[in-house]
Amino acid sequence: MSAAPLLSLQNLSTHYVSQHGSRVVRAVDDVTLDLHAGESLGIVGESGSGKTTLALAILRLLPPAARIVSGRMLFEGEDLLAKPDGDMRRVRGKRIAMVLQDPMASLNPLFSIGDQVGEPIRVHEGAGRASAWQRAIGLLKSVRIASPETRVRQYPHEMSGGMRQRIVGAIGISCGPRLLIADEPTTSLDLTIQAQYLELLRDLQRQRGLALIFITHNLGIVAKMCDRLAVMYAGRVVEQGPVAQLFNAPAHPYTRALLGSLPRMSDNRERLTAIEGQPPDLSSLPPGCAFAPRCPMAAPRCATQAPPAFVLGEDHSARCWLAAPVAAA
Amino acid sequence: MTALVQAEQLSKHFPARRGLFGGPRGVVRAVDGISFTIEPGKTLGVVGESGCGKSTTAKLVLGLETPTDGEIRFDGADLASLDAVQRRHYRKSVQAVFQDPFASLSPRMRVSAIIAEPLVTNEVVSAAEVRDRVAELLDLVGLPSRAAELFPHEFSGGQRQRIAIARALAVSPKLVVLDEPVSALDVSIRAQILNLLRDLQDRLGLSYLFIAHDLAAVAHMSHEIVVMYLGKIVESGDARTLAHNPKHPYTQALFSAALPSHPDERRDEKVLAGEVPSPLNPPPGCRFHPRCPHAMPRCGQETPTLAPVEGRMVACHLYA
Repeated sequence: MSAAPLLSLQNLSTHYVSQHGSRVVRAVDDVTLDLHAGESLGIVGESGSGKTTLALAILRLLPPAARIVSGRMLFEGEDLLAKPDGDMRRVRGKRIAMVLQDPMASLNPLFSIGDQVGEPIRVHEGAGRASAWQRAIGLLKSVRIASPETRVRQYPHEMSGGMRQRIVGAIGISCGPRLLIADEPTTSLDLTIQAQYLELLRDLQRQRGLALIFITHNLGIVAKMCDRLAVMYAGRVVEQGPVAQLFNAPAHPYTRALLGSLPRMSDNRERLTAIEGQPPDLSSLPPGCAFAPRCPMAAPRCATQAPPAFVLGEDHSARCWLAAPVAAA
Repeated sequence: MTALVQAEQLSKHFPARRGLFGGPRGVVRAVDGISFTIEPGKTLGVVGESGCGKSTTAKLVLGLETPTDGEIRFDGADLASLDAVQRRHYRKSVQAVFQDPFASLSPRMRVSAIIAEPLVTNEVVSAAEVRDRVAELLDLVGLPSRAAELFPHEFSGGQRQRIAIARALAVSPKLVVLDEPVSALDVSIRAQILNLLRDLQDRLGLSYLFIAHDLAAVAHMSHEIVVMYLGKIVESGDARTLAHNPKHPYTQALFSAALPSHPDERRDEKVLAGEVPSPLNPPPGCRFHPRCPHAMPRCGQETPTLAPVEGRMVACHLYA
């Protein structure tokens, strides 16, 4: 892939700072990621690993306590961090859209489905109410909602959970974005409904050449949906690369441990390899590698020196001293 | 070996009002004539989507709901015919661990008091005995003994779930109902808790009723699996047989909808259309037929019954 990436994050850091600056939480720390058009990237991590903060940073929707302290963020060649707020507003919802976890919280109970699906079209393209409604009907059809002509007139409480999530998806794609960020889009859905929704997202991605960022704690979703995977731990991307490569030959002990801890259908009675210890407290991280206290392969230098990202192959890198080239180690 | 729990034609119906001013009453058939057994020292996994009746089944086994019809036999005795003393004994023998360890532990009690509570309410014990038992239980679930003096907020999710497990084990139950015990936990912690539950089963000979929506976790933990759809069992049998070669179209769809554990694990996907119908007004005949890819005319008229198919029980006209 020689073309310029659609989205390029370079050494991005986002910190939460307490009111008097006494406590600093490095929610996102020195993250470098590229995403090409039409590609799907999974960002996997536990709660508190900084994956949602990273997504909000891309859209510049961070809460007031958070600051993007360093780094660059290029989207279609434009620096998103240099944009004035007004310009950023024209990016959000039009060129980059986001789907959140809880469809009930992201729909307004007081407005009809047609108004809500049509809103981005009216805001970004200046369409009138009637034509926005017409477009909304088409969008509902494309997210496979039966009898969209009736549904546009209805309200969120009249829909099931799976339908609401698809409506949120319709809002997301309403203005033809190049990038869709989905933050745990299926955690509140039942299994068969989740399968429907993932299939829908994949079809939309293929038809429209959408780039997708999947934020999830579920490695199964990544295995099913994504081309590339970035594993986050304590604010850092500890390993990234093509999905098949990370699943087959994980380089970072955390990635390996995470994969080993998954119960599988095929190996019924075996013991799972658990990761000992607890996720770290982000406001008092160890000076070296944040995973070192839980790492089965930790060496003395891991406790003191944080490893940089070592390149292991095309598009594959890991922040671990074990991945260091022999000459440097 | 006699079964520890034996449920026969168990049903639980809830009355439901329709309309704002009452109107004709409907009935939600949350659990509708299901039978299952739990053997001593074994795990029964219950699988299904929301509204399939798995939580109601758990409540019936815990004695928190009384069945509308059918019976549950525990150690050979019918629950409905127990006197007060036997009932107290039953309550001790069956304990539960719930999904959210942030909601299921009182924030105002010390861990020692939380773990000791079932002991103090159910048995006559001296303070020294309680202290010893709490220390023993903490050790059993892999927590340090100083944890006894702390409050729940001082623990992470995984540790809290260990506390909840210790509390459940305080009165030495025979059966523990595990209702989504790991779904609220971080991925890296889940394996710890599943391993712990497995170890405890081996050491203490516990039986589990394991309810979860993560099919791989259920398949990993269970000896037998029951698949429910709208209050009925559609398939049941040995966990391995079921997970590797499901027979009922719903089980097939459910297991094919389960996420792969590896990108190479490409299965022929059967994505179901439609959604689970309301249990207030379930479809006639086989409750699954409106979504079933193999539905035949008779599926809409006749309710299929569980019958043996290749080493497990399936309720489907396809195999009749």
